[in-house]
Amino acid sequence: MICKPIASFGRLSAKPHNVITLDSPAHLSKLICNQQKLGLAHGMGRSYGDVCLNPDGVLWLTTKLNHFISFDEKTGYLHCEAGVLLRDIQRWAIPQGWIVPVTPGTQMVTIGGAIANDVHGKNHHRFGSFGDHVHSIKLLRTDGETVECSLNHRPDWFAATIGGLGLTGVIIAATIKLQRVLGPWLNTQTIPYANLTEFFNLADESESDWEHTVSWIDSHEGNGRGLFMRGNFTAIESSKNSSARQFTMPFVPPISLMNRLSLRALNTAYYHLKKRKQNQCVIHYESFFYPLDRVLEWNRIYGPKGFFQYQSVIPRNNGQAATQAMLKEVARFGAGSFLAVLKTFGDKKPQGMLSFPCSGVTLALDFPNKGLKTHQLFNRLDAIVQEAQGRLYLAKDARMPRQLFEAGYPRLAEFLKYRDKGIRSELSRRLMGN
Amino acid sequence: MNKPKKIVIIGATSSIATHCARIWVQNQTVDLTLVGRNLERLERVAADLTVRSPTSTIQVVVTDCLNPATIQTTVDDIVAKGLVDIVLIAHGSLPEQLDCQNDLQLCQETIIVNGLSPVLYAEAFAKHLSCAGRGTIALIGSVAGDRGRQSNYIYGSAKGLVARFAQGLQHRFAGSGVKIVLIKPGPTDTPMTARFKNNGMKLATADQVAKQIVTGIEAGKSVIYTPGKWLFIMAIIQHLPAFIFNKMRI
Repeated sequence: MICKPIASFGRLSAKPHNVITLDSPAHLSKLICNQQKLGLAHGMGRSYGDVCLNPDGVLWLTTKLNHFISFDEKTGYLHCEAGVLLRDIQRWAIPQGWIVPVTPGTQMVTIGGAIANDVHGKNHHRFGSFGDHVHSIKLLRTDGETVECSLNHRPDWFAATIGGLGLTGVIIAATIKLQRVLGPWLNTQTIPYANLTEFFNLADESESDWEHTVSWIDSHEGNGRGLFMRGNFTAIESSKNSSARQFTMPFVPPISLMNRLSLRALNTAYYHLKKRKQNQCVIHYESFFYPLDRVLEWNRIYGPKGFFQYQSVIPRNNGQAATQAMLKEVARFGAGSFLAVLKTFGDKKPQGMLSFPCSGVTLALDFPNKGLKTHQLFNRLDAIVQEAQGRLYLAKDARMPRQLFEAGYPRLAEFLKYRDKGIRSELSRRLMGN
Repeated sequence: MNKPKKIVIIGATSSIATHCARIWVQNQTVDLTLVGRNLERLERVAADLTVRSPTSTIQVVVTDCLNPATIQTTVDDIVAKGLVDIVLIAHGSLPEQLDCQNDLQLCQETIIVNGLSPVLYAEAFAKHLSCAGRGTIALIGSVAGDRGRQSNYIYGSAKGLVARFAQGLQHRFAGSGVKIVLIKPGPTDTPMTARFKNNGMKLATADQVAKQIVTGIEAGKSVIYTPGKWLFIMAIIQHLPAFIFNKMRI
C-alpha cells in the first residue's frame, strides 16, 4: 500500500489516498476482503467529481486487471477483467468487425468504470446506455462473497451494480456484448443551428436514420446556436490518416486558460469555422467519438483550481424551456463553457437503479472553479433542473445538494440495500451519508 | 503461407513481457511459448493472447528458473518442437536494496534471479541458435546495470552481469545470423516498481516500453534503451567523475 494524493478528472482536490494495486485475480480477496479501512475501486479516474475518490481511505486500483478472458465469435460476448480499457477493446475488435456499441466521449476508461457509471454515448436513442450491453458481472464483496449477476441471474444485483457507482462490491470481471460493425469509418454531417427549436427539429428528424447524434452548443450566445453532428458507420474507407498525433498539455497554467475573454472568442471562432466547413465527410471513429483523447491531460487547461462539469437531463416535455433557461443563466454569468454539449436521449429505460440517462435532453457544461461565484451559478441551475424534474449525472458531480440527488434518483432507497459496508466514496459520504 | 514465427518468452507473466506478446500476436499469427513459474498466471496471459489472436498457437511451460539442469531440459524440450526465431528473457525481481544488504539469502536470490538465471537460459538457447545459424535472443537488462549506485547495486550488479554476458554473446555471434539484443528499460510502471510511484517518479508504461522492444528486436539493434532518453541520462551518469558521483545520493 502506498499513500499518495489522488485527483479525479476535474482536478478539484488531490487528497491523500492509500492506493493498493490489484495486479492479479489470484490475490484479490486478500487485498479487498475484511479490511480495516473502507475502500473503493478506482480505474482511470476519468470521472470528474468525487465518485472515484475516497480520501483517507483505500483505493483499489484496477487498471492492472487488464486481461481478456475469452471471446465467443458466434455471439460477440467478450469476457474480460474489469480493468480492461474501452480503447483496448475497440482497437482489437474494430479491425475484426466488432465494436463496443456504447462508449462515452473518452475511450480511456475501464470496463468496471463504464459499468459503475452506466456511461452513455452519442447513440443513446438507438442503443441505450452501457448497461444495456453488459451480459454479466462478477462482483467481489468485502465480506468475501462473490456475486455473479446478469439479467436472468440475480437481476436485482445486476440492476444495483449497473450505474451503482462501485458501491455494491468490487467489479472484478464482466461479459460485454459486442456488435458487428462495418469498419472504423463513419460517414458524418455537421449542420449549424441557430436556436433550440432548430436543434430539436434536427434531433428528431435524425433519430431514425442516424445512429450517432450530438451537438456542440455556444454557451455564450443565449439563443442556443450550435453545431449538430450526426454519423453512421460506413464501409467506405477514407485515405485520411487514422492515427492522428497525440499532444500533451505540458503544464498547469497559473490561471484557467478558459476565461471570459478567451471563451467568447473561442466559441465564436469555432462556430463560424465549422459552419463554413459544414456538410459531409468520412472520418475515423477515434476522431468522431473521442476527439479529446488526442490531447493528453487537457483538463490542466483550467488551471490549478480545477473545473466542474455540470450535466443534467431534463424530461422531454420540459426540455426546451429548461435548456433555454439554463443557457440564459450561463450567458448571464459570462464565464461559460467551451465544451458544451447538447443531446437528446431516447426512450429506452436504463438497467440501473441509479443510472443517469432517461428520456429527454441532456446538457453538459464545464466551468473553471471560481469558488463561490461558480457555486452560486450552480444553485440557480439546480433550481431549473429540479423544477423541470430533471437530474444531474453522478459521474460528473462534485457538489450537488442531497435533496436534488434524492429528488432525481427515486430508486435510491431500493439501491441502498445492495451497498457493500466495506466500500465508501467521497460521493457516497456526501450524498448518502456514509 | 510462411510458417508462423516461433517466439519463446521466459518470465512471460511479467508486465513488459505480456505487453510484448500482445504486440506480437496483434501483428501476425505466431507460435508462442510462455515460460514461467506459476501455471495460473501463465494461463491468464495465454487466455488473453488467445482472444487477441485465435489463429496463433500459444503454449505454456511451467518451470523453475534457478536450477541449471531444469533450465537445460526446459530449453531442449522447447527447441525439440521446432526452431526458435525469437527468445525474450524477461524474468526478474526487485527487492529493496536495504533488505538485500541485511539478508544474504535475499541478496543471493536477487543476483540469481536477475543475473545468473537469465544468463543460463540465454546460454542454453545460444547453443541451439548457433547450430541453426539464425534467431534472436533478447535479454532484459536494466539501466541500473550501467553504473553501481548505493540505492540499488545488488539488483544493478546482477543486471550488469547480464549486460557483460550479452556483450560477450554479441562478440561470439558477430557476423552470423544470430542476433543478441540487450534491452535496458528505465523505471517502468509494473508491479515490480509499484512502491516507487509515491515519490513522484514519472514511470514509463509497460506498453510504451514493449513497443520499443518489439521494434528494436525487429530492427536487430544490439542495445535498446527504453524510453530512449535513458541513453543520454545513463551516458552522463556513467561518465560523471567519482568526486561528483560520490556526492550524489542516487
